[in-house]
Amino acid sequence: MDVTSIGWLTLPLAILGGAIRVSTPFIFVSIGELITEKSGRINLGLEGTLMLGAMAGYGVSYLSGSPWLGLLAAGLAGTAFGLLHGLLCSVKRVNDTAIGISLIVLGTGLAFFFGKPLIEPKAPALPSIFLGFWSSVPQVRAALDVNALFFVGILLAFAVYVFLNRTGWGLMLRTVGDSEDAARALGFPVLRVRILATMAGGFLAGIGGSFLSLSYPGSWSEGLSSGQGIMAVALVIFARWRSINALGASLLFGGAGALGPALQGVGVTGYYYLFNAAPYILTLAIMAASTSRAAPFADAPGELKLHR
Amino acid sequence: MTAPQVELLNMTKSFGANLALDNVSLLIRSGTVHALLGENGAGKSTLVKCLVGFYHPENGHIQVNGREHRLNSPKDADALGIGMVYQHFTLVPSMTVAQNLVVSGARLPAYVNWQSELKRLTEVTRKLPFHVPLDVRVSQLSAGEKQKAEIVKQLYLGRKLLILDEPTSVLTPAEADEVLGYVRSLTRAGDLSAVLISHKFHEVRRYADDVTVLRRGASVRTGAVTDLSDDALAEAMIGEPVSKAVQLAPRLAPKANIVLSIKDVSVNGDNGLPAVKDLSLEVREGEIAGIAGVSGNGQLELVETLMGQRDRSGTIAVSGVAFTGTRREIAHLGVYGLPQEPLKNACIDRMSLAENLALRNFDRAPLCRGIAMNYGALAEQAEKLVKQFRVKAPGLTASMSALSGGNVQRAVLARELTQNVRLLIASNPTFGLDFVACEETYRRIVEARNGGAAVLLISEDLDELLGLVDRILVMSGGRIVHEVSADRADKRVIGKYMAGMKAA
Repeated sequence: MDVTSIGWLTLPLAILGGAIRVSTPFIFVSIGELITEKSGRINLGLEGTLMLGAMAGYGVSYLSGSPWLGLLAAGLAGTAFGLLHGLLCSVKRVNDTAIGISLIVLGTGLAFFFGKPLIEPKAPALPSIFLGFWSSVPQVRAALDVNALFFVGILLAFAVYVFLNRTGWGLMLRTVGDSEDAARALGFPVLRVRILATMAGGFLAGIGGSFLSLSYPGSWSEGLSSGQGIMAVALVIFARWRSINALGASLLFGGAGALGPALQGVGVTGYYYLFNAAPYILTLAIMAASTSRAAPFADAPGELKLHR
Repeated sequence: MTAPQVELLNMTKSFGANLALDNVSLLIRSGTVHALLGENGAGKSTLVKCLVGFYHPENGHIQVNGREHRLNSPKDADALGIGMVYQHFTLVPSMTVAQNLVVSGARLPAYVNWQSELKRLTEVTRKLPFHVPLDVRVSQLSAGEKQKAEIVKQLYLGRKLLILDEPTSVLTPAEADEVLGYVRSLTRAGDLSAVLISHKFHEVRRYADDVTVLRRGASVRTGAVTDLSDDALAEAMIGEPVSKAVQLAPRLAPKANIVLSIKDVSVNGDNGLPAVKDLSLEVREGEIAGIAGVSGNGQLELVETLMGQRDRSGTIAVSGVAFTGTRREIAHLGVYGLPQEPLKNACIDRMSLAENLALRNFDRAPLCRGIAMNYGALAEQAEKLVKQFRVKAPGLTASMSALSGGNVQRAVLARELTQNVRLLIASNPTFGLDFVACEETYRRIVEARNGGAAVLLISEDLDELLGLVDRILVMSGGRIVHEVSADRADKRVIGKYMAGMKAA
């Protein structure tokens, strides 16, 4: 076989590489949202948190010269936003959905405002792990140049699974999210658990945001997110509130998101925008399919309601 | 620690202007079952909620084994070994029974090794006379199993005073005997004291040692069960000598006309699994057919299907005409219903009483003229119905949610039964109602039948069914598994079918 021309394999390789890259923020945001929703609250504001994280991460990385410090800053910015959401929703008769939407606007606005001077300069990016060393085919080498955060994300999915099923705190979180009455009868601090869960969700969404700006090649721009924070909410429902499923769903969405660029890479230039819309079409299709009345929702947190 | 003696002294608690508890004292002797009797709203729940630290009384003391304790939260009650089995279960639905047990422990474990934990739990639960599956999600348990799981939880937590809030409302007679019999044996052995909230005399008589009757927040009678007759208890409960239960009109020979015909109907539950399976039944003119069964065996889904609230397969016909539950069909075929929890299922709580009374006919003359409502006629109709059915309300324009449970039911009865009823579907119509409202509901249902309507009565209360119906069908696992005419019905046989112990 010719080592430089791999023919039809180019497309799946490009999709694989793209899937890994595109799915990473999805993994973090959806698992963060999953933790929040397991506590019985929905945080739609993660889109804003994502943008804020991307900006904060990039800015701190640029100023300090360390992308890891940037990552931490992104996480902390997300945590602060989670805390804000958690506190606001703890006030009686405040609706978590409405707060979430306003936080989208606030987060994006803050990110744009503080991010203006960051559009030009170049910040150090997060390192990637080069897994394509065994091959001399450039496409393989490109696809397997994987950012370290991707592996952290995979570990995270399994860690959250263990947390929710095998630790006392995980069971407490599920109790609070599934039946407030039961949680109160058991003497659990319902509000505190919810606020902490929203903070954890914000932290992870912030990390996911920093991946957008700090992974190769790394740049900050206002069009960075394109709705991934919102789609993560749909992902959680699609994943039936299970973290391992959320990982798989993120990969699926990542693959769909990589379809457009990958096709362009092999020379299919027609319908470019249509293929780029693949993840959104997938979102619609999945939501329509997975919210049918007949489908079982055994893991859906009982306290998750549109109105309270 | 063995069974404690618990004493409540001069408990007073009010909610706003409403005095829920008025200087109530209660002595639960060590190793006994103490029954609390009373109508709805008599203060039973409020009293025990003070005992588990949920409510804080304005006045009064709680003594355990002679020492005074302040119960500020359920945790304080925990520490004293006081636990309650609520009517609305406090198990977490999406978690398994084992997970529920672990999460309710006094100390949350950092990490759970399910293998060894399950072994330990199996060991603990093996001593019980009834079986509860540990690795099944609570949402998939029947109401009876949930009840047992709640009790297992309390015993697992080492509770020494167990409060049971109307525990048998969701159990078959055999299950009730199993559960209460076990509690009784534990109290006899001196390992446990118990409070049993109930409104069934035979239950109190069978399982309790002492009884206290509450009425309007006050303790009106207390003593050993053996010292008090049923009549004395009933009198204490409602405050006046009572006439004997429902006076049934003589049963009529059923007529030949089939009004409701259900054929091979299957319905899915909320969880997407089949809840009603290939069910067929018929109800004739002038008969009350009763469906008995433990809740969660498809009755709710069947009723919702009959009222047009659920998708289904199979055919439903009323008086020979296919019925899908549209407004036109309902008016044409005369299909009316008394759902359970009428405020939620038959009323719009923020609309006024008069408007709620018009929900069935607001779109017909004389209540509407063209597209405009005739509010004069609406008020006139409401006034008439309120008088006829003795609905007590702050006024015709008062919002429905301001009415008491019994009066909501009266309003629904008034609205549904003054139409031209050919088929009446009643689902647990007396659930949560007091004595007087119950009797009235029974009387109206029997009147509807005597007027020639076909009645399908779904109830979890076997005594209620046996007193009212002409024919009993038992529903279990989404199917009709047994059918018998009322005069030949045997409670024990029916109970066995309810429990799914006999195949169809």
